[in-house]
Amino acid sequence: GVVVKALQVVLLLTFPLLTVMCSLCSALYFHIGETEKKCFIEEIPDETMVIGNYRTQLYDKQREEYLPATPGLGMFVEVKDPDDKVILSRQYGSEGRFTFTSHTPGEHQICLHSNSSKFALFAGGMLRVHLDIQVGEHATDYAEIAAKDKLTELQLRVRQLIEQVEQIQKEQNYQRYREERFRQTSESTNQRVLWWSIIQTLILVAIGFWQMRHLKSFFEAKKLV
Amino acid sequence: MQGFGVAILTQVIWAQLLLLGWARASELTFELPDNAKQCFYEDIIVGTKCTLEFQVVTGGHYDVDCRLDDPDGNVLYKEMKKQYDSFTFTASKNGSYKFCFSNEFSTFTHKTVYFDFQVGEDPPLFPNENRVSALTQMESACVSIHEALKSVIDYQTRFRLREAQGRSRAEDLNTRVAFWSIGEAIILLVVSIGQVVLLRSFFSDKKTTTTRVGS
Repeated sequence: GVVVKALQVVLLLTFPLLTVMCSLCSALYFHIGETEKKCFIEEIPDETMVIGNYRTQLYDKQREEYLPATPGLGMFVEVKDPDDKVILSRQYGSEGRFTFTSHTPGEHQICLHSNSSKFALFAGGMLRVHLDIQVGEHATDYAEIAAKDKLTELQLRVRQLIEQVEQIQKEQNYQRYREERFRQTSESTNQRVLWWSIIQTLILVAIGFWQMRHLKSFFEAKKLV
Repeated sequence: MQGFGVAILTQVIWAQLLLLGWARASELTFELPDNAKQCFYEDIIVGTKCTLEFQVVTGGHYDVDCRLDDPDGNVLYKEMKKQYDSFTFTASKNGSYKFCFSNEFSTFTHKTVYFDFQVGEDPPLFPNENRVSALTQMESACVSIHEALKSVIDYQTRFRLREAQGRSRAEDLNTRVAFWSIGEAIILLVVSIGQVVLLRSFFSDKKTTTTRVGS
């Protein structure tokens, strides 16, 4: 009886814990070298929140498997905005979560590299990094909102729809801004082609005249013409 | 008794994880340098329906090699020099699936690659949901709107990538036109002045020899 009750309590506790922790258990992972810097690009509209979670594992040669990295091994996270200005530059531990909100629309660059300077730590192996980047609407935690605002299921679903539509609106706005840039570039190319063709034709004609005149006076001076 | 309890616990946790379905969608854009290969791995449970979609955003001829292997190393999908593709499969065994993008055939063009790896279905809105009754009409209407909006967002993303592709080509063209025009103008000037100087040099030599003979 007591054991069963204890099991129930443990289950009740672990399930929500697992849902939170295991957001990274099944995440995508890749291998990174010691001095290697891995960058990811996120093209996002403005006022969009981005949440990134990562978890590192180090290859243990003796046990021939990947184990959670030592606490001293951390990752350096750097986020640059479209104007190449650094908006986030922090060092996190072997497991971390970084958040930033974009203030200008465009391509943001998220770069990760390990802060290890001791070659012995890696011993020629690689660091396994589990990474999960959620943008905009995907970044919101609905369970948390439901608990905080005490929403019914229907209200929560409507809230989710509102957030989705807002994200679509922001993206459409950003699309308009990008299309304008594209149009400016095309018009600039058009102008350049037009002007340079005219200038080159003029140069050709002018040079032709100059050549004939110069040679004519040259030959006249030499008494050949 | 203790061991029995632990065994039960692990079984139930595994079952709950299965229920969760390990539902994930990983969407990343990264730069692939020339002669480089980038691999990503994902642990998938048997029976989950997964979709891998990738598109080359900028660089060269906008193509990349892609390859998807299952945990035993069998190739599930392999395409060379593809610009865009979408591949759906159902995981036949538990384990770590690997997919790689390769730019090894290119000598000097960097490529920017976008991929979207969807594993399983989306998680339910309420993780601790223990549904007894079916969804009400309102709720099912909300669900269908949610699905429709998801596909709108998907289309938006694809459109954004195509626009980025077009824009990078246009910007490339712009810089190329500028350089070539200036270059050609300079070449014109240099060649024409060179012609005149060369002609002059032909006649100048004759002149000095004749004068020498004359005096």
